Amino acid sequence: MTTLTLDKLSVGTLEGVNLSLQGGDIVCVSGPSGSGKSRLLRAIADLDPHQGNVALDEIQQGSVPGHRWRRQVMMVPADSQWWYEDVGAHFEPEQRTLPSALGLPPETMNWTVSRLSSGERQRLAIARALARHPRVLLLDEPTANLDQDMTHQVENWLLEEIRARDLIVIWIAHDIGQIERVASRHYRIQGSTLEPVHGSH
Amino acid sequence: MEVIDLAWWKLALTALLILALAGVSLATRLGIGRSLLVAASRTVIQLALIGLVLEALFASSEFYWIALLALIMLLVAGREVMARQQRRLRGVWAFCIGTGAMFVSSFTVTVLTLVVVIGPEPWYAPQYAIPLLGMMLGNTMTGVALSLDRLNESVWSQRSIIENRLMLGEPWSQALEDIRRHAMRSGMMPSINAMAAAGIVSLPGMMTGQILAGSPPAVAVKYQILVMLTITVGTGFGTLMAVSWGSRRLFDDRERLRLDRLVHQKNQ
Repeated sequence: MTTLTLDKLSVGTLEGVNLSLQGGDIVCVSGPSGSGKSRLLRAIADLDPHQGNVALDEIQQGSVPGHRWRRQVMMVPADSQWWYEDVGAHFEPEQRTLPSALGLPPETMNWTVSRLSSGERQRLAIARALARHPRVLLLDEPTANLDQDMTHQVENWLLEEIRARDLIVIWIAHDIGQIERVASRHYRIQGSTLEPVHGSH
Repeated sequence: MEVIDLAWWKLALTALLILALAGVSLATRLGIGRSLLVAASRTVIQLALIGLVLEALFASSEFYWIALLALIMLLVAGREVMARQQRRLRGVWAFCIGTGAMFVSSFTVTVLTLVVVIGPEPWYAPQYAIPLLGMMLGNTMTGVALSLDRLNESVWSQRSIIENRLMLGEPWSQALEDIRRHAMRSGMMPSINAMAAAGIVSLPGMMTGQILAGSPPAVAVKYQILVMLTITVGTGFGTLMAVSWGSRRLFDDRERLRLDRLVHQKNQ
């Protein structure tokens, strides 16, 4: 069983975050905008300087090169970026089959990025990350640009993938309905601490 | 063939033409009169001074005087590289990376050319070493400045893309590969264009000067080819080093993009 451990993690205004997650766990994090939700994910992915320790099983964050850590602990940002002209170029050749739950036709891989809507970009960004087989997925508001039907569809697909791959997930969400649907635990950023929210689960 | 020396009073005649141009600018309110006069005076003073320095240097031919002049040229070029970047690395890094790259490439190529190709006696003879180093430094400076400016500017404007690529587990060098290629190309383009246009669109200044000074065109052409090839080599290696050192410094030991290491210089 994989375990992700945050030990006295401090970044920005957030201080002393202790958290332990097992494979299959989905921890939802909410909080007012500007409270440091994204920075927390960036620190776990080791994209920002921070204090404290993060470990994946026995592997300490600082003991492997940055890119090898991020291959295991992968963040999907709220505004995904695309740097090649074609969608398919962002995927490895053997990874170019899209799950049907995304609601995108298979020929999407041959489209140019410029014709994608923001919702399509967001779904493809998650697929792009999953195709690289991380063990931890850090999702920054993954359904922000989606309508209700598509939100449910993406949630169900993600839940299925998370269960099948035994992924550890930290999921930043605003919508309390979504948190109730997906979270195994829910934390809220209050001032400089991360506090568990009881009652929902 | 003897070179016709120019008397100072004849140069003053050309200076009168500059004054006439400034007068026209004043009358038509073009507003370039002032900077024209300042630049013209600087040319006269700076060149007269370097003429005196070179006269003294040629007379003494001591190695340490030549080395001192070369050092001053290098430091001035290093300062210029730093000033030409809109965004540059914080602290001493901007100066050290540019100057270091120019030092390694320009000095190596110049010494190699002097010792292996031209072979004057002694190898540091100032009438060969100083003009050669000057041309090498001038061009390498342009290449290094252009490429570092391009590198820092692109990293700044494409920071989200670089970070998204890092998030997907790409090594920093892969996340930066397109930007490095473009930075390299903008540093090398002036040299490549100059080689392509040489002799057809433009008669290079050095060759023209040598012919004016009485050299047979065949010899002047050979020197010009030598200079253009070595300049391109010096610019290429200098740009290569500056881009790879500069881009390494934009990431830390955890391969994080560190834009806090860049500062923006205003009014450039």
